[in-house]
Amino acid sequence: MVNYIIRRLAQAIPQLLLISIILFMLMQAFGDPIASLGVRTPPRSADRERLRRQLGLDQPVYVQYFVWLVGNDWMKIDMDGDGVAETPGKRLGVLRGDFGNSLISKRPVLELITERLPNTLLLMVTAELVIIIFSLTIGVYSAVKQYSFFDNLVTGLSFVGYSMPIFLIALLSMYLFSINFKEWGLPYLPTVGMFDPEVGRTPGQIALHMILPVLSLSVISVAGYSRYVRSSMLEILGLDFIRTARAKGLRETLVVRRHALRNATLPFVTLIGLDIPFLLAGAVVTESIFAWPGTGRLFIERTAQSDFPVLMGILMMTAIAVVIFQLLTDIAYSYLDPRIRIE
Amino acid sequence: MKIVKKSSIRLNIEHPVTTTTLSQLASREGDAETVTLGPWKLTWRRFRKHKMALVALGGMIVIFVYIFLGGLVFARGVCTPTGQYVTAEAYANCNDTSIKLQPPSSEHPFGTDTIGRDILARTIYGGQISLSIGVFAAIVEVVVGVLVGSIAGYFGRWLDDLLMRITEAMLIIPSLFLLIVLAKALGGKVPEIHLLGRSLSGSVVVIILVIGFTSWMYLARIVRANVLSLKELDFISASRALGVSDTRIIFKHLLPNTIAPIIVSATLGVSGSILSEAYVSFLGLGVQTPTASWGNMLDSSVKYIQSAPWLWFFPGLLILLTVLCINFIGDGLRDALDPRSTRHI
Repeated sequence: MVNYIIRRLAQAIPQLLLISIILFMLMQAFGDPIASLGVRTPPRSADRERLRRQLGLDQPVYVQYFVWLVGNDWMKIDMDGDGVAETPGKRLGVLRGDFGNSLISKRPVLELITERLPNTLLLMVTAELVIIIFSLTIGVYSAVKQYSFFDNLVTGLSFVGYSMPIFLIALLSMYLFSINFKEWGLPYLPTVGMFDPEVGRTPGQIALHMILPVLSLSVISVAGYSRYVRSSMLEILGLDFIRTARAKGLRETLVVRRHALRNATLPFVTLIGLDIPFLLAGAVVTESIFAWPGTGRLFIERTAQSDFPVLMGILMMTAIAVVIFQLLTDIAYSYLDPRIRIE
Repeated sequence: MKIVKKSSIRLNIEHPVTTTTLSQLASREGDAETVTLGPWKLTWRRFRKHKMALVALGGMIVIFVYIFLGGLVFARGVCTPTGQYVTAEAYANCNDTSIKLQPPSSEHPFGTDTIGRDILARTIYGGQISLSIGVFAAIVEVVVGVLVGSIAGYFGRWLDDLLMRITEAMLIIPSLFLLIVLAKALGGKVPEIHLLGRSLSGSVVVIILVIGFTSWMYLARIVRANVLSLKELDFISASRALGVSDTRIIFKHLLPNTIAPIIVSATLGVSGSILSEAYVSFLGLGVQTPTASWGNMLDSSVKYIQSAPWLWFFPGLLILLTVLCINFIGDGLRDALDPRSTRHI
């Protein structure tokens, strides 16, 4: 087991390096971050040059990448542009946990991300819980009542849900539950932000503001996963040990819950485990529509400003999360299913 | 009918069945009529059983007619700012700010957008762009996925290791992030293109490549797995012994036997690409105006969610319907091409 974990992590390191090089190169083509400072862009070209030098943007790409990766605290850099390196560098590099500073706000990338991360996690964890609960309930129920009216209805709806772009769900639900409900004089849901500034950041406010984003995030996954649960339930319900359980005279609810569901949820664990880090990406669109102050929205905002240290930070953290969750899923799976042994 | 079913069970992708062996199988069962049934006819027969897929095929034809012939009917009128009578895409791109954000009326059945363009005409020409992006991006996806998968599977060893590690590396970053980064990096680098009398924003080509190059990974894995199991079979050893070249083995023997998952992936690739285009364009990084696409028609519509719901409703509905139809067709194809998949629909 320990060997397996070490081998997997060792395999992931060159992959993470490769992807970071590719992304870093791509971001060089993003456009000039100095020009995107807006009103704070220095009007004089000499000042722009100086700023570029201070940020290390005057260096060739491979030097910039190298500094990003391992830092520059062991070398001197030329700050005043006279060709003599005199100022010692301060950056530690990603390998030592320093993701650099934002080009726009000069604040450490790590600080910017950790500030937004709890908001995204709150949204994601809630959405994931909704996804698990609803897809299991719907999937199991339609498997047990195969070809019933409910089953056919859910089949149709799940195809529609699966084909929906997130923004359409978001726009439709916003239109229905906040705008129309407001017009009809019904209690309506808030659309944007995390809380009403007049009421303040109370748990109730946040919960109210979370309903629509969580709905948008979970519809597509519920549609897909309930199908998946349904077909694996049907497969298991057709097996001999279920017939045995029924023949023993076990109550049907017990057969479904204890015998079938436990086995049917095994592959579901993999699905959920691999899905969790990817919810981060789904949150990009949802967060920008609902103005939710999370990492996804940060990513979109900073893409427009070509603030690549922040972008690299978000991307590499997501990548590391994906690697870790893939590993955790494999380990969890081998514990849950004794037939599978990790060598 | 029964005989068809029997032979259909034998059309098993793991055991290569070419047209000739299939007809041999059928003739052994002694029915002269079924002898002539090639694998494509068998597929069509099974496809027809999938009711929703047939409905979706019909829906897709309607959408095609709307997109490719609708312009002849709906896109014509006087463009007020220039005072000229314009047709086709010029009408869709004609902006008349005096009539901006008008609700649906008899003159503009889907209303007008933020700078007074006719939304109906834009859904037609935007549909052409969205669908073309879907199809061409899926082609890029299939070409890259099939090449990577078959080369990795067939040649094995270090080449396999290298290609699969790259594939996994690509899968580490969620594809929407990759899409955004690539679209931003390459955006605006391709000049305007003139094709078939239309001038298209260069961003269309960028988006096709970007979507294609960020979605080939799953197909590559499927093709590799199939090639790995196929290349151990006797007919491949026989081909090698005969001195058939590697390229010929891959393209004439291995790939035709993995055609089923490739066709299904290609179909679902079209709907996936339409969605991806919509996502990037929605975020403002996709197809650039004045060229319309269903995705960029939705860009900034959030601001008008209350005052002008027609801005996002019609393009959004068209995206949904198109993707839904293609997904159903893909589902039908999956059942039709792989009789063993007893997926409960």
